[in-house]
Amino acid sequence: MSNSAYVQLVNLSKHFGKVRALDGLNLDIAQGELVALLGPSGCGKTTALRALAGLQDLDAGSIHVDSKDITFVAPNKRNMGMVFQAYSLFPHMNARENVEYGLRMKAHRLSSSDRKKRAADLLDLVGLSTHSNHFPHQMSGGQQQRVALARALAIEPQVLLLDEPLSALDAKVRTQLREEIRRIQLEVGTTTLFVTHDQEEALGIADRVGVMRQGILEQIAAPTELYERPLTAFVAEFVGLTNPLPAKVTNGSAEVLGVQVPTVAGSITSGSGLALIRPEWFHVEASTSGNAKIFAVSFLGSTCRITIDLADGTRVRAQVPSADASQLGIGANVQVTLKSLPVFVKGA
Amino acid sequence: MKLGIPTRIFRVFIILITTLYLAGPLYGMVDFSTKPLGNEGGRSLRAWKAIGEQEDLISSITVSFAIAIIVMALLFLLVVPTVIWVHLRLPKLRRPLELICLLPLAIPGIVIVVGIAPLYRWISINVTESPVSLAGVYAMLILPFTYRSLSASLALVDISTLAEAARTLGASTMRTIFGIVMPTIRSGIMSGVVISLALVLGEFTISSLLSYDTLQVVIYLLGREDGKIAVAVSLTALIFVFGILFAIPTTKRQRAILDADIA
Repeated sequence: MSNSAYVQLVNLSKHFGKVRALDGLNLDIAQGELVALLGPSGCGKTTALRALAGLQDLDAGSIHVDSKDITFVAPNKRNMGMVFQAYSLFPHMNARENVEYGLRMKAHRLSSSDRKKRAADLLDLVGLSTHSNHFPHQMSGGQQQRVALARALAIEPQVLLLDEPLSALDAKVRTQLREEIRRIQLEVGTTTLFVTHDQEEALGIADRVGVMRQGILEQIAAPTELYERPLTAFVAEFVGLTNPLPAKVTNGSAEVLGVQVPTVAGSITSGSGLALIRPEWFHVEASTSGNAKIFAVSFLGSTCRITIDLADGTRVRAQVPSADASQLGIGANVQVTLKSLPVFVKGA
Repeated sequence: MKLGIPTRIFRVFIILITTLYLAGPLYGMVDFSTKPLGNEGGRSLRAWKAIGEQEDLISSITVSFAIAIIVMALLFLLVVPTVIWVHLRLPKLRRPLELICLLPLAIPGIVIVVGIAPLYRWISINVTESPVSLAGVYAMLILPFTYRSLSASLALVDISTLAEAARTLGASTMRTIFGIVMPTIRSGIMSGVVISLALVLGEFTISSLLSYDTLQVVIYLLGREDGKIAVAVSLTALIFVFGILFAIPTTKRQRAILDADIA
């Protein structure tokens, strides 16, 4: 546990019957930081968030916020703002009344005029100042989630909890709102925990991303580090695309496709294994005497995704800049090598 | 959706038949209660004017309303919070609670009376002789109707998430139930209230067998002396319940919830 941690989840455990939702989870979040928890469904990420909110009781472990133990504090006394996956605005209140709701409670009570002003400020912050008299059923899903965000921020929470707030929205609104959440979070400076199963969302928004699997944190790191230097095979395979290729490891270096590349920490240290290669790490060059043949090409705009059959029959997916792909047609012979980047090698 | 002409004609036909079926008896009641009797001249409102002069009737109306108010209080303070609590916190108890709530529908009134008569004998000796004590057994009788309408409207919205949202914003459990959940399922509560009110004002078997003079019992006794007054009173009671039915919901806010329920 570092001393700078504002939120500390220590050894959290929770079982649902035989399922281990949390299995000794440890997580520190610094003040003002946005941490995303990413993982497949059932990995325990939502359970962890709900435990922090006080909506989920625990079998063991403790939760500290700002050096105070809140493990047994009731959810209404925790001062956490939460945005849910399901639309959660109170249907009998309009947008302004929804935002004001928390400010009527004992813990955050404000005078009527301060309350109105704060609600107006927050609706303005989420870009809905003209919708303050709209009822939830008169708003779109994206607008409802914005109001929910304003409502959660109104109480000036110690921690903002976002439980897959974008998953019910369509793709365009999702990207837009994601960027807006990040902008607001940076502006307000609230410490935030964001739970999602969408890696693009997690990598795009967070200061650090924690990848969870079976109730524990496999790795937590900045998005680029997580992508380039995964500590486990699970993280390498879960975050982004990988191509498993045979590799021979000796002294922290691996031979893949005839190229010597360094290995990252967590890889096997010797013997043969499978190197997990990102699509953009391939170097593809048209060559009549090449070791591979192009099976398919899909144009993605600035890049091209190329499916290639290697000489030994392994099929890999490479990604190259579209500018370099003019001579890479279906059926063309190519020479495939690797850029000299550190790779993760797992045991075969 | 644009309806075809045959469908529309069929619809009007159905509405017409239903209206006639429902309005027929009502017209009969108005007709009977104003008809001249024996050597009286033309039609008269004698029976309607006489309603105010029947002391038994007035006191029974007071009693029935007092019972209705107590039953409503029990409904709001006990039944609704219990159903919500079980729905939110003890989902495993939903089935057993449903079963218990439906029992009064399955047990005939006469059997209920046989079962509770000793209790009411004890109550009338040791606690009170007032018919208001019937509120206890009525609160039980309304359970099947209130439970059904409450659980139906609770199933319509994601009530757990709303309750959790309120909790994280600092609301206590009571405040969550009374301030968030109850207003959200207001339409369900209101339909439960209307049905319960109709049931309490219309109940005859139990109060008669336990010898309490409630509205229906007095109407029945009155009917044996003067049928016209009895019919006039019955019609008044009916119109009153209709009135309640149409009075809800009226405000813009309640309509917003009804819209949300449908959406």
